[in-house]
Amino acid sequence: MKYVNAHIRKKDAMSLVTGKPVYTGDIVPQNALVVKLLRSPHARAEITDINTAAAMKVPGVECILTYKDVPNSRFTTAGQTYPEPSPYDRLILDKLLRCAGDPVAIVAAENEKAADKALKLIKVKYNILEPLMDFTKAIDNPIIVHPEDNFKALCNTRTDKDRNICSSDVFEVGNVEEALKNCDVVLERTYNTKANSQAMMETFRTFTYIDEYGRLNVVSSTQVPFHVRRILSDALEIPKSKIRVVKPRIGGGFGAKQSVVSEQFPAIVTMKTGRAAYIVYTRGESMTNGSPRHQMQMKVRIGADRDGRIKAMDLYALSNAGAYGDHGPTTIGLVGHKSLSLYGNLEAARFACDVVYTNTMGGGAYRGYGATQGIYAIETAVNEIAAELNIDPCKIREMNMVKEGQTMETYYGEPCNSCTLDKCMAKAKEMIDWDSKYPAKKLDNGHIRSVGVAMAMQGSGISGVDIANAEIRLNDDGFYTLLIGCTDMGTGCDTILSQMAADCLDCDIDKIAVRGVDTDQSPYDTGSYASSTTYVTGMAVVKTCQELREKILETGCKLLGIDKEKGDFDGEKVFDLETGKSVSLSEIGYASFEGHNKSLSASCSHSSPISPPPFMVGIAEIDLDPETGYVQVVDYAAAVDCGTVVNRNLARVQTEGGIVQGIGMALYEDIQYNEQGRMINNSFLQYKIPARTDLGTIKVEFESSYEPTGPFGAKSIGELVINTPSPAITDAIYNATGLFFRSLPIKAEQIALALAEKKDK
Amino acid sequence: MIITVKINGKTYKDEVAPDTVLLDYLRSHGCYSVKRGCETSNCGLCTVHMDSKPVLSCSVLAVRADGQEITTLEGLQKEAEEFGAFLADEGGEQCGFCSPGFIMNVLAMVKELKNPTDEEIKKYLEGNLCRCTGYQSQMRAVKKYLDFKQKEEQK
Amino acid sequence: MFKAQNYAKVTSLTEALELNKKRTNKVLGGGCWMKMGKKNINTLIDLSGLGLDKITETDDEIIIGSLVTLRDIETSPVIEKNFGNFFKDAFTHIVGVQFRNCATIGGSVFSRFGFSDIVTSLIVLDTKIELAGGETVSMEEYSERDYDNDIVVNIHIKKGGRKAAYESFRNTQTDIPVLNCSLAYDGKKLYAAVGARPMRGKVSTMDCPDVENSEEVFKFFEKIQAETEFGTNTRASKEYRKHLSLVLLKRVYKKLVCKEGDAK
Repeated sequence: MKYVNAHIRKKDAMSLVTGKPVYTGDIVPQNALVVKLLRSPHARAEITDINTAAAMKVPGVECILTYKDVPNSRFTTAGQTYPEPSPYDRLILDKLLRCAGDPVAIVAAENEKAADKALKLIKVKYNILEPLMDFTKAIDNPIIVHPEDNFKALCNTRTDKDRNICSSDVFEVGNVEEALKNCDVVLERTYNTKANSQAMMETFRTFTYIDEYGRLNVVSSTQVPFHVRRILSDALEIPKSKIRVVKPRIGGGFGAKQSVVSEQFPAIVTMKTGRAAYIVYTRGESMTNGSPRHQMQMKVRIGADRDGRIKAMDLYALSNAGAYGDHGPTTIGLVGHKSLSLYGNLEAARFACDVVYTNTMGGGAYRGYGATQGIYAIETAVNEIAAELNIDPCKIREMNMVKEGQTMETYYGEPCNSCTLDKCMAKAKEMIDWDSKYPAKKLDNGHIRSVGVAMAMQGSGISGVDIANAEIRLNDDGFYTLLIGCTDMGTGCDTILSQMAADCLDCDIDKIAVRGVDTDQSPYDTGSYASSTTYVTGMAVVKTCQELREKILETGCKLLGIDKEKGDFDGEKVFDLETGKSVSLSEIGYASFEGHNKSLSASCSHSSPISPPPFMVGIAEIDLDPETGYVQVVDYAAAVDCGTVVNRNLARVQTEGGIVQGIGMALYEDIQYNEQGRMINNSFLQYKIPARTDLGTIKVEFESSYEPTGPFGAKSIGELVINTPSPAITDAIYNATGLFFRSLPIKAEQIALALAEKKDK
Repeated sequence: MIITVKINGKTYKDEVAPDTVLLDYLRSHGCYSVKRGCETSNCGLCTVHMDSKPVLSCSVLAVRADGQEITTLEGLQKEAEEFGAFLADEGGEQCGFCSPGFIMNVLAMVKELKNPTDEEIKKYLEGNLCRCTGYQSQMRAVKKYLDFKQKEEQK
Repeated sequence: MFKAQNYAKVTSLTEALELNKKRTNKVLGGGCWMKMGKKNINTLIDLSGLGLDKITETDDEIIIGSLVTLRDIETSPVIEKNFGNFFKDAFTHIVGVQFRNCATIGGSVFSRFGFSDIVTSLIVLDTKIELAGGETVSMEEYSERDYDNDIVVNIHIKKGGRKAAYESFRNTQTDIPVLNCSLAYDGKKLYAAVGARPMRGKVSTMDCPDVENSEEVFKFFEKIQAETEFGTNTRASKEYRKHLSLVLLKRVYKKLVCKEGDAK
């Protein structure tokens, strides 16, 4: 093994750091129309009249589309495998507007100035309706968010739109009520998380044009090119065969681009006008009408023996889908499956949930995908019961955590094949020096230093749903072309899959040519989401390379005039095991391009019946200023089990980046709406993501298990790493103040005022 | 308004609208490294040098660049490769969308600060947001680069 | 982004004043905040040809041209010699180096934002704002004025009179402040200002022959806390701001007396 588990520079790194024009916005055709959207100022309203006559007269305006001009087929923008669990509840433009910022009209013009002018001249009469903003009051509310008849749920998600229920579910292992009765201590707690914006640096953007074959070409910053093809075909009512989707380099996604957010607008303009069209979302649009994390309220009942054995957990989650159900029915499942399953000795566990429609912005996929919220609630509840029982929160976890070899009843009954959670705990404690720092120390300046802990897990792909294909070709002179359909969004999958291929084929990584996705050329892949790329597509690459090796050996032996059993392939040549006579890979490559031979390529599919969880332990050390309430995470220790680490640099940076996003969620990122239901803080001026001066150091270590079903023993890492900061920081704040804060973000104000109140008492 | 601007050593004379910002003007001249990440002067992605100082090209009007010398990453390819290699070896570019603006500010910092401490480095670069990396790898790259530059000077 | 039809790089203040009589014309500062507005501007008036980008020191004052950037002030040896780290402390959290290389002192003074660190810092020093047309007003008075079509030309800060210190609290390091405060002392009087309430800073004064008498000073701070108006916005509630005001005043006092001690 040369490349897997090494520090490898990304194949596209140098073009990125030298600022080459490789992103969607850098390669837009010169004559593309500028597409802009007129957006609803109201959270709930009906368009009673819309007049575009004056706007159409603006010189340079090419077309203006309203709800009267779009197909009437409802679809979901969630990028998921068909049939999507997310309900078909959207139109490209609708007469009924369900959240502030919902699109009212599409304007396409020769330049930005003309488009802006036209936007101002469209006259709309709205019947303004009272919005439903409080998701805890959504079920059976007299306001029905989706009254339309052609609403459709494809899967059995217990959808009841007339009650504003997007989906609901329940599962129980053992008998929770009985088990709770037999516990010495039972705590009941409610936790709240807000929506979070992914805030990837490149906002949503897409351009479209008709190519020389008369087909619609869609160049887009997306994580799911093949889903984009299918969804656009449904939304535009055109055959799938008429659409090609190309993904250039992406400026970050984190799940945001697992939805069709911007693609449909230039696409319909191009279909109507025949002209190239380009839309780029402003930061404001990306934040008000993107695809943020679902806001949730979670009620936990947790029961344990006096000695700290946790016996039962009962979790109910209410999730706010917002105006549209994208990813609503699926994110919610992870809230339960990927939190309860951290604990291996439960006698009983139950998870119940409702996902509801309201008139806030629609939710979507954000790294962690429900696991983040569920783990925050469960891990905080465990910290609360540890405090109640006066047990070290690390120790209670050591007693109760899931172990390798167990069957994870709350995780679809899957076996725990690979897990070093115990080693991660020991490592993280050592990294932060837990034993001397727990629980807190007062500093000379009056500040308090404290520590807090949490565990986390995620999955590796969606079992039985995700599918990846890889294709690899041998070329003349003996280099390879690796074709994959998963999308590198900066995460480096083009590189790590090349590392795997290079090791499988015993060749230099520079001999593997790889490129971004083109649905006409790349083999089908569900896309880069659900932490599937390394695990699922990686396995497809491994299988494909094995098949190609066989073919190379076969052709080499044929050229040597020997039986296949008599020869071997070492990556550079096929040789006769007896005589040592050989034919080089280069010669095989040339020969395979000649008439009387076969050109050599292989292609394999892979899907996994299981989704092995990666695990980690995160410990936060904070500095808390009791007078102002200001919390700084001065140190963070992360010990991660992602199976075999494929690329040490990239895995480390994934972990550091995920933790910092998690810190933002825990402490700062605070979406607020005004009384009319408009998001107030839809900019980087108001929605503060962490800057580098907000942070201390982040230490990362890997405690690798070996996952037998993964490529080279690997599991996933991308999502897992966002899950520990919220509960670990909540715990650290408790250890500093004696107070548990149960709503995120925990802002300085809450802490300072609560401490002041405590002091007064 | 007609302006005369030196972009990456080459002089351009152009008619520009009074409300055109430098960012769009530069992109229209092929400087695609200059990116926009927000509308509120907060992200640092559009950082270029105006008369050697790092500025936000989203906030400077093109008319204000009249008679000035503007440098973008396209004009600093050698330096970008040199520092960029350190960044790439840490995996610190990730999606790369914030890299050009970040690197422009790193290069300005290297000129302005002598032997900066970690805190001074963080302070100087805090106006460059990045959502992928959590900044740690960028710090490692900057420090390794500064070491490298120092050793190079000593030679 | 604002829209503008015309651009005039003026060659004299008279020309600027004449153009600025028209309400739809606007004077351009650094552009950082102006670009966030959506105004339709007829003519943008640019003062950058008038040499107002310099910091000059005379016998009794420091004169800062309106187009001097915040970063210029932060890094100016003249400013440091006269005011130590006061302006560095006040400006250092404002977004980032690149932003402060663009934003100008004149633009900031004219805008008088409620969250302004610039207003809260200048206001406790003996600061005069020189407007085009010859009028000179104290920062305190200017801060209270309604927005008009005046043009900020220079900022004059008296030298040697007051020692000052600055503190702010922000939810995140580069955010605009939840609250800021400054404190200055001239040997006889204390000048305190609490800003970003989220309204502009206002000066309160106290006769204070002995600055080391913290008991008296803290009474003064408690009075400020009790009498100052605080408000609620997305960043914080008025209760929290009120709570913070006393915390920050005490901290800024500590900073100031430490400095005094150093000076001795």
